[in-house]
Amino acid sequence: MSSAADTSKNYLNHEKGLWSWLTTVDHKRIGIMYMITVLLFFAIGGAFAMLIRLELFAPGGTFEAQVYNQFMTFHGAIMVFMVIIPGIPAFLGNFVLPLHLGAKDVAFPKVNLMSWYCLIVGAIISFISLFYHGADTGWTFYTPYSIQTDNGTILLVLGAFVMGFSSILTGVNFVATTHRLRCKGMGFFQMPLFVWGLYSTAILQVIATPVLGITLLLLAAEKIMGIGFFDPKLGGDPVLFQHFFWFYSHPAVYIMILPAMGIISELITAFSRKVIFGYKAIAFSSVGIAAVSFFVWGHHMFVSGQSELAGVIFSFLTMLVGVPTAIKTFNWVATMYKGSIQFQSPMLYALGFLFLFTIGGVTGIMLATMAMDVHFHDTYFVVAHFHYVMVGGTLMAIMGGIYYWFPKMFGKMYSELGAQLSFVLIFVGFNVTFFPQFILGAKGMPRRYHDYPEAFSFLNSVSSIGSWTIGLGFIVALIVIIHGLLKGAKAPDNPWGAKTLEWQTTSPPPHENFYTDPVVTGGPYEYR
Amino acid sequence: MFWVNKAHASSSIMPPQASNFAGPVDSLYDFLYWSSLISCILVIGGLVFFAFKYKRKTANDSTAYISHNATLEFLWSFIPFVIFLAVFAWGWKIFYDMKRAPKNAFEIHVVGQKWYWDFKYKSGKKTTGTFKVPYNKPIKLIMTSRDVLHSFYVPAFRIKQDVIPGRYTTLWFTATKLGTYQMFCTEYCGSGHSAMLAKVEVVPEAEFEEWLSDDPYKGLSMAEVGQKVFTQRCIACHNNTAEKKIGPGFKGLYGKERLIVAGTTLKDGKPMTVKADDNYLRESILNPNAKKAKGYENAVMTSFQGQLSDNELDGIIEYIKQLK
Ligand code: HEC
Ligand SMILES: [Cu+2]
Ligand SMILES: [Cu+2]
Repeated sequence: MSSAADTSKNYLNHEKGLWSWLTTVDHKRIGIMYMITVLLFFAIGGAFAMLIRLELFAPGGTFEAQVYNQFMTFHGAIMVFMVIIPGIPAFLGNFVLPLHLGAKDVAFPKVNLMSWYCLIVGAIISFISLFYHGADTGWTFYTPYSIQTDNGTILLVLGAFVMGFSSILTGVNFVATTHRLRCKGMGFFQMPLFVWGLYSTAILQVIATPVLGITLLLLAAEKIMGIGFFDPKLGGDPVLFQHFFWFYSHPAVYIMILPAMGIISELITAFSRKVIFGYKAIAFSSVGIAAVSFFVWGHHMFVSGQSELAGVIFSFLTMLVGVPTAIKTFNWVATMYKGSIQFQSPMLYALGFLFLFTIGGVTGIMLATMAMDVHFHDTYFVVAHFHYVMVGGTLMAIMGGIYYWFPKMFGKMYSELGAQLSFVLIFVGFNVTFFPQFILGAKGMPRRYHDYPEAFSFLNSVSSIGSWTIGLGFIVALIVIIHGLLKGAKAPDNPWGAKTLEWQTTSPPPHENFYTDPVVTGGPYEYR
Repeated sequence: MFWVNKAHASSSIMPPQASNFAGPVDSLYDFLYWSSLISCILVIGGLVFFAFKYKRKTANDSTAYISHNATLEFLWSFIPFVIFLAVFAWGWKIFYDMKRAPKNAFEIHVVGQKWYWDFKYKSGKKTTGTFKVPYNKPIKLIMTSRDVLHSFYVPAFRIKQDVIPGRYTTLWFTATKLGTYQMFCTEYCGSGHSAMLAKVEVVPEAEFEEWLSDDPYKGLSMAEVGQKVFTQRCIACHNNTAEKKIGPGFKGLYGKERLIVAGTTLKDGKPMTVKADDNYLRESILNPNAKKAKGYENAVMTSFQGQLSDNELDGIIEYIKQLK
């Protein structure tokens, strides 16, 4: 191809019209469609979060308990199934993975499009439940409550079931892509660490998600046809449901965090302009975490009535998962040693990630300690912990990733000042919201409470004020993104001076990603 | 020193210590807290330090090429591993004790139901919403639920256990401080979840015994409870022989065919016969106007709805059954 004429043509203007988007099989376009849907769902889930914090601002009630319980259920279900799980793999992963590998597309482009439709159909089914008394089970659907409550729950459950296929299809696609489509010269150890994160995640998605699917179907069958799997009134076992549920949902925690860790490796190296410290340790720890994460689900159930021996084994294995997680953190910090560090907004998010994830990590160890968990379980301590990991970790990585790849995606730069302002608001707001919740939990405030004793009121007010700050931060972030899209200056091909392959093609990339097939001769972080 | 089992000052974020488990759990907490704090300071401190020290100076800074360091990597894998193992063992040790109630523990039955807690003592005493335990004596709770999952949690005791329909779960503790403590339901159970509270009162043993023996039915069998209820509440109108009083005599009543000639449940006033089984007795006691037997059309019995506890109701029915 003659490159001079081609640079005006890129994947964004390759074809035109809404229809060309809805039927596209280009991984980059599908990534952008995921971006729009995920951000939309995030806004809805965030609105529910604001309503929750509004209710909890002071003791006494603004909303009815029944209404509050729906807020809490939809906030959780949306954020988990529609935002955090598809957030990194399906959105950023879709866009970046083939570029990272020097490939033209993912292995199964049509399946890729289908996965997007699964998410949309599942989401629509879930939202319809809002018109049928909604659902009030929490995102965990614990039995027998979920069996005895209103039937709107069935729709939410079926929606989550359908969305599961989206996740499975993405996983299958990414495994195949990573194995088959690496460019010339790229062995497994020349792959960027984001690819390792996505790859480990994809394996989890493929193996664990079907278990959730089956569990949700059993639940629906029990609700619709009265077959007794989980309700003791029908001869079922309610604790069995928890085992099934967490067998998926614990690995799901790593579906959420492993790709985030991958992004952090990209950001820290690019903005420290340094080779990653301990490439293999980070790569193998991703796979190690993925493997062990299948055998720790019972740490959610220390007081559920599971056997004592099971509790001991689960506690022990959870401690083991802590080790590779700690290793990664140390490696990132070590990578900064003697680097040349630049504080642009993606890096700020990476540093924010490290800060919050460290707190999320040490409190995770506390919760894995059996006797300690007896006190903390199902209190606000747990709520604070998983928000530090999921929001402080995954969401920070998504935001960092958006700012990092934005120039590549759209060929435009955003306002750095605006991006930094939104970071400060989100980061400060986050800590003001969630740190007090550790204290509330230690004092004994249970989670999923629509109202609380007077003694908890001060810290709850602080937390609610923090949530508004986060909300403001995300509104600023949205403005920065829209402003960048409309008015942004033209982005250079490699604005950060990074070494991975996506920066060697134009911004935005052409339809087939690269003008000439890339060849790799060294590792992904050869900053010398 | 953080590993010493000390009583927590009010500045601690943990609740007051009121059980045998509170001290050990708080010592573990203190260890976790300090080691976490130190780790956070090391990691975050290192991060901030490097960030400022190695801030980019020129557009073309060249950086050191440090790809790994085996000793360092071994150390920072091994040290956390050892700490995690220690914490695991420590947590297990306390958990092990939590799971083993002493043989002589005083047993109390706990039943959760949307959205209140019932407490039943072996003596027959029953309370709802508040219960008492003796100071400094091991207590074992035997718990179940009548509907969905609930969870029994007393922060001051550092104990928690889910309550499950269709099976028993247990919990034990020794209360080590007099006073009244808040108990929460910590497993989501619907719109009354955050109102499903109870209080536990720790009182000196003598006071506890007195409170317990307040119970009129202490140590009685079901039929004995029923006999007591009968002599207190029914004897004014019923005999325990077959002889008629204001109402029919109870002897031989159970299992008999009754000809019902009046009552709110009769269809178009047509008489019918009904067998006097458990449910019939129950209905007659709680809603006497539902079915009136021949000969008593115009006689009146006041309803005992809300007057008798479950225990008393079961007792009186059993008593009537046994009057053959
Ligand atoms: C104020 C008098 C009075 C008292 C006190 C009283 N009853 Fe009755 N009871 C009656 C009368 C009159 C009838 C028959 C009319 C009717 O069924 O309402 C009756 C009927 C019954 C019957 C239905 C028997 C039948 O087959 O007709 C039962 C069972 C019964 N009583 C149980 C009790 C019990 C148990 C108590 C004590 C907890 C009690 N009653 C206290 C007056 C009384
Ligand atoms: Cu888990
Ligand atoms: Cu509850």
